[in-house]
Amino acid sequence: MTTVERPVGGRLVDQFEYGLDAPICLTWELTYACNLACVHCLSSSGRRDPRELSTAEAERVIDELQRMQVFYVNVGGGEPTVRPDFWHLLDYAIGHDVGVKFSTNGIKLDRARAQQLARTDYVDVQISLDGATAEVNDAVRGTGSFATATRALENLAEAGMKDVKVSVVVTRENAGQLDEFKALTDRYGAQLRITRFRPSGRGADVWDRLHPTQQQQRELYAWLLANGDQVLTGDSFFHLSALGEALPGLNLCGAGRVVCLIDPVGDVYACPFAIHENFLAGNVRDEGGFQRVWQQSELFADLRNPQTGGACTKCAHFDACRGGCMAAKFFTGLPLDGPDPECVQGYGETALAARDRELVPPRSHIDHSHTGPVRGQPTLLGIPSIPVKICDESPLAGLDPRWRPPSEG
Amino acid sequence: MTAPTGPDPVAFDPSLPWQKARSVALRPEPFGALVYSFGTRKLSFLKSRQLVAVVTALSDHPTAAATLVACGVTEAQRPAYVKALADLARSQMIERRETP
Repeated sequence: MTTVERPVGGRLVDQFEYGLDAPICLTWELTYACNLACVHCLSSSGRRDPRELSTAEAERVIDELQRMQVFYVNVGGGEPTVRPDFWHLLDYAIGHDVGVKFSTNGIKLDRARAQQLARTDYVDVQISLDGATAEVNDAVRGTGSFATATRALENLAEAGMKDVKVSVVVTRENAGQLDEFKALTDRYGAQLRITRFRPSGRGADVWDRLHPTQQQQRELYAWLLANGDQVLTGDSFFHLSALGEALPGLNLCGAGRVVCLIDPVGDVYACPFAIHENFLAGNVRDEGGFQRVWQQSELFADLRNPQTGGACTKCAHFDACRGGCMAAKFFTGLPLDGPDPECVQGYGETALAARDRELVPPRSHIDHSHTGPVRGQPTLLGIPSIPVKICDESPLAGLDPRWRPPSEG
Repeated sequence: MTAPTGPDPVAFDPSLPWQKARSVALRPEPFGALVYSFGTRKLSFLKSRQLVAVVTALSDHPTAAATLVACGVTEAQRPAYVKALADLARSQMIERRETP
């Protein structure tokens, strides 16, 4: 490990490369439990982990975040609202100056909860939707999930909840629906948030089929330049900046520098898309808690050195995209100092093609996917995402009798 | 993004008393500070420690201009600091103080 001395002054993006005393943007996944089984789940969620943080432990994390002045956390999962103490932890965080933005599929947002949220300050709600139509959405998120999400949006709008977000992961299937998403979001008085699809968790299984094409990326970039001021992106499309004009926001991989993830069992990873032992910095249960992990872990110190070598630093566009997304490279088996698999200059495709044929991209050993059938389970391209256990050893494996073509879903 | 009508409450006038907005928290960082508004839920950055000192000291001085002098901001730096404070006023990170 080498530590490079931080320069004084200069651009913020250069300062951020050296890290901060506390994260700007912290994601906290409260549980691996989820009622859905989305084919592209970044955290391979489904079943609760028995080691998940208790209510008291979660409160201690919030106390620490308050001391560190982490002004808000992005809460997710799994489906965070299925934790019985979710509403308590929400109030506890807000009472301790830690604002909460939480992502949900909407399952628990009935009228009463919507009214409760509308009355609460410093809470933001993000409803996940990955298709502007039930057909496109339900193929990846599961039958009925579009109806659940839009019902939640209705309840929130009716309760007068402000600044609701509709959170969309841009895929090959929905990249053509951006205007429809905008219209849908406007209909509920909400704001659209679109983010990049990464090959993380179960996303790795469907990335080849679902990640946007180069043409779609160019269209997305043009769309963002035209609509960017009305749409949130979590700065997740910074790799598109290499197409020309920089997109608004932080054009930098923030992993371990300005962002990190606390997972349901308290493990701290460099970013929500990097649940893998290579990016595990420590656990909030360790001595010194989260603060010590953030400020003193060796992994994060390493990530806080600006990239100085590798193929990308020689590229004319390096200053625009900074080599792209670490997690996307890692889970497609590309070197971390080389191009992003979706490099808009085409270097990613070349790198993917040049991979060793024997190479097996790294996989996370952390998998909480449902092991049995799930109600309404997604049928992306007609292939059930989760094998039915009884068929595992059978020559009929893959022929799920419950399968319906997506168009009928 | 609605433009305010009538007298602009966030127009920055350095000859008036100002303060860090009450709904704003400031977190020191090696490069300066992070400012977060619990009101607007916007995040902003102060890019130098001297600017952090200025924002913190606003409430101790009769005017913003006097704060700049007290914090040792030179004539040459002054326009950049006035612009930075004007930006912070526009984003409601600092607010006009009632009593001088």
